[in-house]
Amino acid sequence: MEVAHSLLVSHDKIEIMMASNSPCAACKFLRRKCNQDCIFAPYFPPEEPHKFANVHKIFGASNVSKILNEVLPHQREDAVNSLAYEAEARIKDPVYGCVGAISVLQRQLIRLQKELDATNADLIRFSTNQGSSFFNYPSNWNNDS
Amino acid sequence: MHITEINGSLRERKKREEKEENKKEERRKKKTRKKKEEKKCVTTTQTPMASSNSPCAACKFLRRKCQPECAFAPYFPPDQPQKFANVHRIFGASNVTKLLNDLHPHQREDAVNSLAYEAEMRLRDPVYGCVGVISLLQHQLRQLQMDLYCAKSELSRYQNLSIAATTGHGLMTNESVAAVNNYHHTQNTTAVVGGNSNGRDHHYHHRHHQFFPNQQNNIVRNFDGGIGNNYDTSLLAMNISASLGQFNQVQHHSAAGGGGEDRRTVNRS
Repeated sequence: MEVAHSLLVSHDKIEIMMASNSPCAACKFLRRKCNQDCIFAPYFPPEEPHKFANVHKIFGASNVSKILNEVLPHQREDAVNSLAYEAEARIKDPVYGCVGAISVLQRQLIRLQKELDATNADLIRFSTNQGSSFFNYPSNWNNDS
Repeated sequence: MHITEINGSLRERKKREEKEENKKEERRKKKTRKKKEEKKCVTTTQTPMASSNSPCAACKFLRRKCQPECAFAPYFPPDQPQKFANVHRIFGASNVTKLLNDLHPHQREDAVNSLAYEAEMRLRDPVYGCVGVISLLQHQLRQLQMDLYCAKSELSRYQNLSIAATTGHGLMTNESVAAVNNYHHTQNTTAVVGGNSNGRDHHYHHRHHQFFPNQQNNIVRNFDGGIGNNYDTSLLAMNISASLGQFNQVQHHSAAGGGGEDRRTVNRS
């Protein structure tokens, strides 16, 4: 029993070792050894090679590393995801990237705001017209009676 | 020699010296004039942003000689050093060069300006960059859509009441008001969005969120699918500060006029 248990424990250890030995997507791409303290490893898992490939193509590994070192550890995942999003947008649209989306959204905001202003103006007109017409009824009715 | 002869020869010598000096002065002036003209010729034949003597912002930053065929010179003028500094810090000069080389020459200016904007946003917000702006705009858009929906439903209620008042006889009874409200509900479900309209309480607003995912998907789909095709490049002037200024106005208007319980208030400022 003890032998079996120790075998199981060592098997688990081997599995853990194998998992930690698998290089992250960044180190695979850069063809280098993935160390324990690799800054990319937590954010670029080996099953998402395109994520790092895109980010590397647009920003470059060293720039990404600098950005990650400038932010706090709990913010790094969001930073990487936003960089990946921007990189993907830039690859899809090399001229405008995600700035194109910003422009589209701003135009839609302006259009909706105009529509809202027009609707509110109509509402005011209706409310004043309705108010005056409803207020007339009781006074007329009272006069008639 | 007699004194007068000596004086005469001295005077002649002086005159000759003055003439020579004048000639030298003229030659010097001619040279400087020539140099100035040469400079002018060189700058006009080159691209508008580059001058032969003044290196572009990129070459100044990289401390290298700015060649006539410098790829950065047309887009990074020497009077905007921060632009290249930001772009270089986020993207790197070599990546920018590769990006520009993949584009047509007429697209490069817009590309550089969008890169400069992204770099600036990333420096202001190292975690989210431009994505933070997109997220904020999407949130603003959702708010405006909700406000517009509420305003339109209120307007249709008024319209239905006025229709009932003109077609009905005298004052409306309770039954007719209820009928109008029911009519309003069915009209809303068919005409506006397609969901239930339950009034303006919190529950309604919560459900209302569910009515917009399709519209949001359209926004996202337009971004994903139509980037290169749907933009009017003249409108997409890379005067990003102007469009951000408009965005700030929109923010102000929606905060002042679009929210709140009373949908009838309008801020005309």
